[in-house]
Amino acid sequence: MKETELLAASRHPGCGRAIMAAIEKIATRPWCLMEVCGGQTHAIVAAGIDQALPAGIAMVHGPGCPVCVTPVETVDRALALAAIPGMILCSFGDMLRVPGSVGDLLAARAAGGDVRVVYSPLEAVAIARDNPGREVVFFAIGFETTTPANGMAVLAAEKEGLENFSILVSQVMVPPVLAALMSAGEVEVDGFLAAGHVCTITGLEAYDAFSQKHQVPIVVTGLEVNDILEGIFFLVRMLEDGRAGVENQYARSVRSGGNSRAVTVINAVFTSIDQKWRGLGRIDKSGLGLKRKYHAFDAVRSFGLESLRSEESRECMSGEVLKGVIKPDQCPVFGGRCTPGSPLGATMVSSEGTCAAYYNYRRIADDL
Amino acid sequence: MTCEPRVRVLPGSTAVGERVTLGHGSGGRMSADLIREVFLTAFGNDCLNRLDDSARLDPPPGRLAFSTDTFVVDPIFFPGGDIGDLAVNGTVNDLAMSGAVPRWLSAGFIIEEGFPLADLERICASMGRAAGEAGVEIVTGDTKVVGRGGCDRIFINTAGIGVIAAGFDSGPEFIREGDRVVVSGPIGSHGMAVMMARGRMSFTSEIKSDTAALSGLVAELIAAGGNDIRAMRDATRGGVGSVLGEFAAACGRGIILFPDAMPVADEVAAACDLLGIDPLFVANEGRMVFVTAPAAAEAFVAVCRGHRHGAGAAVIGEVVSAYPGRLLRRTPFGSLQLITCPTGELLPRIC
Repeated sequence: MKETELLAASRHPGCGRAIMAAIEKIATRPWCLMEVCGGQTHAIVAAGIDQALPAGIAMVHGPGCPVCVTPVETVDRALALAAIPGMILCSFGDMLRVPGSVGDLLAARAAGGDVRVVYSPLEAVAIARDNPGREVVFFAIGFETTTPANGMAVLAAEKEGLENFSILVSQVMVPPVLAALMSAGEVEVDGFLAAGHVCTITGLEAYDAFSQKHQVPIVVTGLEVNDILEGIFFLVRMLEDGRAGVENQYARSVRSGGNSRAVTVINAVFTSIDQKWRGLGRIDKSGLGLKRKYHAFDAVRSFGLESLRSEESRECMSGEVLKGVIKPDQCPVFGGRCTPGSPLGATMVSSEGTCAAYYNYRRIADDL
Repeated sequence: MTCEPRVRVLPGSTAVGERVTLGHGSGGRMSADLIREVFLTAFGNDCLNRLDDSARLDPPPGRLAFSTDTFVVDPIFFPGGDIGDLAVNGTVNDLAMSGAVPRWLSAGFIIEEGFPLADLERICASMGRAAGEAGVEIVTGDTKVVGRGGCDRIFINTAGIGVIAAGFDSGPEFIREGDRVVVSGPIGSHGMAVMMARGRMSFTSEIKSDTAALSGLVAELIAAGGNDIRAMRDATRGGVGSVLGEFAAACGRGIILFPDAMPVADEVAAACDLLGIDPLFVANEGRMVFVTAPAAAEAFVAVCRGHRHGAGAAVIGEVVSAYPGRLLRRTPFGSLQLITCPTGELLPRIC
């Protein structure tokens, strides 16, 4: 099947409505399901899946937006880097509007900073190669999906002997944050839709252990509308059957062992660390930092940013949103003092952020 | 025709070829040579060839439409077009959207010192071609050359005058409940072609800009039933979504997009998906959105599809009295969503 045909099938509305009908047929009780990935949140809200599900089946939106969970302190460090004369700061596009303590990277660029949007970390390596007289930092954020590419950038820079390239790291991992959410017990989730793209890299093993420990069903799910609906169907079927365990809806991409080459790169470059999450606080062993061998590529060390510490805004409730404790429209400042135009928190900025998804696809009562 | 030998490579430049220098903008002999050899060669006509300080025009009876636009696109050459045909088509389309037959254009150039003459010739040739296709004459112009860094290679301003069809009037104030919204073809091609042509994506594509003069198509639509056309707009920066948001606000009614009705080429849809961008807000340079009386919508779609710049036209939505000033979308599962225009520039997402 060609990619475009595959895409068309995974979005076909008739197919989606059929899966929706199948969910209605098997659901006998209310269930609370959490989709982990921000891309899934975006697709669910954009297609109106959450509004169309049978009464009683509630979607709770999870913490899986990498832009949203990047700590304000790291954004402040990026702003500090962008202000260094001669510095070229490279970033994924949707980090540019994320507010730090004061301003964002768009403002830093307007103030004369050389802030560049790149589409791949390797592009930042090429910029470093082309600008030997200048320092180039790549703002390396993300979940397990982006970690291998960020690691590749470090390996490429090492191989080329580039001394003017480094990365500002905020790498996070899914299983530890899910464990933290379950342990905190603030939100009752009956089952999880795990992020298909993350599992494409890491495989399923970490989720087996998690499912056993917490006795919850998990369905590894793709990001297209019909993938998500099918994932919900699998999950409801497991819940109705009283089964825990891991099922793989996204078998066209996810293999049990993951992508071994990508995992090799991650393990070569990064090591697990305790990591701060925006809105969620510090979670043990939930992030990745550069291994000692690659400390020369650590922008925080190279530019002496260890002492730059900052606290998050108390007004922004993105932590509660990321944990699924509240929906964005339950936040007092949602859509008023906090909009994509003047966001208080990152969840209102990223295209994968739950608050932005709610704002951009605001439900509206059907009066027709 | 004789002229001084053109200046060869600029000091400090390693590129080979003739280049525009400050002398070309001095108003002296070099300026005259540039005008004659480049501009008149590419798009000369009886009026322009006189090289008077202003063009003298004989407008036919009727109302006139008058518009101006400035073009700073980067890159200046991209698949499907360049800054030259863009500058002609952009102003031609702005005139056509008032129901005018575009007649005369002005062209103002701001050129950075060191700009390759061959590129200027190529741009002007494409302006000449575009003007010919749109049936307009470039009747007056101006050239300024600025020092290096004074502008980014070349900026072009065009202004234009067109003559509005007798008895035709349009605008959002004519939009009524029940009206239909039509788009003249697949959306988002220009914006994505330019983004790809910046050459910084780690993937390649065959996406071509849709840049085209819509005046011929508009003339056919008006001939087919001008009284049933409520409002027309070319969906340039901000895309179809921004135009419809403005229509809804201006007419005080709601516009609801039908599920899965928006025509988007597969390649454009795929590129937008990868970057996390909604094609609804991506720029077009040869697409128009118009609102029609309900009964006439399908006939207008047929007119579009019969025109070479209207293949893939479709009815994409309807006007309702509820939700005044709002643009909405009906999801495939039947619920209604508000559509919000993006805040600023479209920023590609992380993954």
